[in-house]
Amino acid sequence: MAGFDKVVSSYEEAMAGLTDNMTVIAGGFGLCGIAENLIAEIKRKGTKGLTVVSNNCGVDDFGLGVLLTNRQIKKIVASYVGENAEFERQMMAGELEVELTPQGTLAEKMRAGGAGIPAFYTATGVGTPVAIGKEERSFNGRDYILEEAITGDFAIVKAWKADRYGNLVFRKTARNFNPLAASAGKITVVEVEEIVEVGELDPDQIHTPGIYVNRVIKGTFEKRIEQRTTRPADKQQVKGEL
Amino acid sequence: MALSREQIAQRVAQELKDGYYVNLGIGIPTLVANYIPSTIDVMLQSENGLLGMGPFPTEDEIDADLINAGKQTVTMATGASIFDSAESFAMIRGGHVDLTVLGAFEVDVNGNIASYMIPGKLIKGMGGAMDLVAGADNIIVTMTHASKHGVSKLLNNCTLPLTGKGCIKKVLTDLAFIEIKDGKFHLLERAPGVCVEEIVKLTEGELVVTGEIPEMQF
Repeated sequence: MAGFDKVVSSYEEAMAGLTDNMTVIAGGFGLCGIAENLIAEIKRKGTKGLTVVSNNCGVDDFGLGVLLTNRQIKKIVASYVGENAEFERQMMAGELEVELTPQGTLAEKMRAGGAGIPAFYTATGVGTPVAIGKEERSFNGRDYILEEAITGDFAIVKAWKADRYGNLVFRKTARNFNPLAASAGKITVVEVEEIVEVGELDPDQIHTPGIYVNRVIKGTFEKRIEQRTTRPADKQQVKGEL
Repeated sequence: MALSREQIAQRVAQELKDGYYVNLGIGIPTLVANYIPSTIDVMLQSENGLLGMGPFPTEDEIDADLINAGKQTVTMATGASIFDSAESFAMIRGGHVDLTVLGAFEVDVNGNIASYMIPGKLIKGMGGAMDLVAGADNIIVTMTHASKHGVSKLLNNCTLPLTGKGCIKKVLTDLAFIEIKDGKFHLLERAPGVCVEEIVKLTEGELVVTGEIPEMQF
């Protein structure tokens, strides 16, 4: 009897059921908080024609970028793709369908998808190319556009810790889109750094309740850094200074 | 003389007030953090989910799980909080951020801004910029006044795809501090040593010049 135990022991099992032309929602911001090994497993499986919903699309040789290079992505919904040369090339050549979506709208689309809200009005994008083809409506004298929610056949999520029931805790800014992605997948697969026994996580400190999670796997992570920026060690921390 | 990137940031920093929550965009806006007066408390919001951004880390402090919206490694200031992307944009869209500073390719006399795409040439995406300009009331755009070929970026009508419509009221360029109202640009200040005629010449949209225009003070 597995009960609420969501833990699986292989990546093959973690991504079982993913087939061609499915929609995958991915957590992560840049390369921070991405499900590195679940992406690698999708590459290994060779699943084609995927629609990927993610704030960014990795870099050429890491993160979701490897699925682009491998021609597994048919369409991507993202807010910023500037770090990826192959992305720009495929998009300009018309080989890849791209739906550029404002970052807050993207987050809200996932949140709404997970919460059973089919669409919402937002001022973001009014009067811009994003508004084309969308219903516009005025509330209290201000214009808004109607944005539809997103759900995925799969969601791939990276968390810091999970218990066996799939309750999740994220770490620092690796949280980003991950809780939203987790809520919006029909099958939500979570990769974590540590799996603890049920009862070890403080219920008050759980970011994503296990009800949203279907599978949990423990991975090891490279955690590549895109922009390594530092200050000299002898320099005092000045308030607000970057 | 035209302002350097640092001087633009320095002038923007003078607009900060004690207790402000501020979102700084990528590029020149990021530099504003270096010029926050020590007499005031300001908290920096990074739209990837951090309120209370600190300085860059030392080599020993680097943490791959802690970055800003420009994907740079950062630290957390004392009193910082972390949240997911929907919460982050609830702050932005809900009008809770006191000041937003961001860059642009073009602005026009109607407060329109183009900053995310040059068709056929540069397609990187809008990131959080569309949410920021739609959600904030107090926005300062930082940009160069004209291209290096002398083509104005302060226009009658933006030519590039818009990031936001009718949402920009203040622009700080390397030559001038300008307010946008009533469908016109209004010259508030000029960079030290830059004459009004030069600013007028490099401003395509109608520029209202009222009285003596003061030089920026640093």
